[in-house]
Amino acid sequence: MMTILSTPVITGSGIDKHYGAFQVLHGVDFSANKGEAVGIVGPNGAGKTTLFGVLAGATAPSAGSVIYQGEDITTTNAAQRCHAGIARTHQVPRPFLGMTVFENLLTAAQNGAGLSGDDAEKYAVHALQQADIAHLANRPTSALGLLDRKRLELARALATAPKVLLLDEIGGGLTEGELHQLIALISELKADGLTIIWIEHILHALLKVIDRLVCMSEGRVIAEGAPSDVMNNPDVMKAYLGSELEKVL
Amino acid sequence: MLDSLIQGLLLGGYYAMLAAGLSLMFGVAKFINLAHGDLAILGAYLVLFGVDWLGLSPWLAVLLSLPVMALVGWLLQKFLFTRTQAAGFLLPLLVTFGLGAVLQNGLFGVFGSDTRSLANYIGDLSWDSWQITNELSVGKLPVMTFAMAIVVLSGLQLMLSFTRLGRSIRATASDPEAAELNGINSHAVHRAVAVIAMVLTGLAGSLLAMRAQVTPYDGPMQLIFAFEAVVIGGIGSLWGTLVGGIVLGISQSLGATLISSQWFQLTGHLVFLAVLSVRFYGTIVHQRGGWWILIKQLAGPMTRWSSQASIKAKATKTRIKNR
Repeated sequence: MMTILSTPVITGSGIDKHYGAFQVLHGVDFSANKGEAVGIVGPNGAGKTTLFGVLAGATAPSAGSVIYQGEDITTTNAAQRCHAGIARTHQVPRPFLGMTVFENLLTAAQNGAGLSGDDAEKYAVHALQQADIAHLANRPTSALGLLDRKRLELARALATAPKVLLLDEIGGGLTEGELHQLIALISELKADGLTIIWIEHILHALLKVIDRLVCMSEGRVIAEGAPSDVMNNPDVMKAYLGSELEKVL
Repeated sequence: MLDSLIQGLLLGGYYAMLAAGLSLMFGVAKFINLAHGDLAILGAYLVLFGVDWLGLSPWLAVLLSLPVMALVGWLLQKFLFTRTQAAGFLLPLLVTFGLGAVLQNGLFGVFGSDTRSLANYIGDLSWDSWQITNELSVGKLPVMTFAMAIVVLSGLQLMLSFTRLGRSIRATASDPEAAELNGINSHAVHRAVAVIAMVLTGLAGSLLAMRAQVTPYDGPMQLIFAFEAVVIGGIGSLWGTLVGGIVLGISQSLGATLISSQWFQLTGHLVFLAVLSVRFYGTIVHQRGGWWILIKQLAGPMTRWSSQASIKAKATKTRIKNR
């Protein structure tokens, strides 16, 4: 297992992001190895989602570089990164409205995974089954509730045939039972060799899947390493949850 | 009356064809093209150029003008529209307004200000009609235009529903950033939409030149008709464009018949204004929580004003009595 984990698949180096005078990321260094599951925690406004935007190509960094499978992809756009195998979900699901659930997935399979004809349809069906929303296939996305939208968001990312999956608070709002299902699915994806980077506030869910934990605060990485080490780090306790972390442990 | 209704209905086919491109570009790229009418006139002049200068048959000239219009759409989207759109909402309006002026004066520079028409080149079709009853006849060209609009809109609907490009267009219209994250090149989709829109607009311009006379400065009026059809039918709605076109056509036709021929355009504008007002107040009513609350809020200042007026009146009466 360690040999698999030793190859970085995606690396962000010295990433700065500022909007005018407001700096969101300060020289962030981040990497994830092939087949690894990395958790990102941090208080609201820590820059976690902005980092996802930079990695996925939706947000251009003000400085720094993003290397994916040994290639500098800093200047490539989100569509190119999706073709290369980077997929992300949003904290607030963003389904394609005016389309059915299946059409959403077919669009992702055709454009993201580059499949056509029957192959694209089969892949879309596979993604439907993985996210357990096969029964919603022909429902318009506008008729879905929040939980089903979250499942669709995950299924659509999976339909692009990703190698690196960026999950942004996918567990928020789920019941314990649904959370267990989600953890089982993400563990399965990890076992299949997918690299998973997961931003999550629900720590007990995160800890069941991840190999490594990164904590961000005020646009900086303040600690990273083995989850238990990071959570015992005094800076993390101060910045994130304080004594709550001890209870989780 | 029935004659007016049918003529208006058929005219709606032309308006739908004219408005489809405008609606598509707004629906997908959120781009308002103020040069839309001038581009339709450009399409008409391309066909006139093919017929007058190159000696082509009108139908072949129409066929050949469509790829030229497609190229115009691709180039405009690639080098002008995309760049202006990145700078906010106002710049596309100013730039396409300027583009319209350039097109008008460019056509004037090349073709002069004389009115031109394709009617002389299409034989009987420009004026021939089917006699339905003694009092009712329908022109062959308007029927052909209407049928063409139905075929074109159906084709567009099928494309949007069942093809990869269609789904990519719908996905981009819904959320361009999410579309990009799912592997769709939204710029390429916008270019494809501009190509489709310009082909439709060029076709509409050609049909206009077959049924009427055109000059290089006719674009703005066509833009207004297209806008009215789009707004009446619902912005970004494909079949709504046909409904909007028909409502506009019937309004104009009825206005001309029931009031006077000078009211042809004005009636259309008034119906457009009425629809816009109902939509506007409908939105406000929705925001304010219902008609009754809105009425109370609107009546509020008046009630206060009238109560103040009555207080003043009472005070005046009291002063008069005291004297």
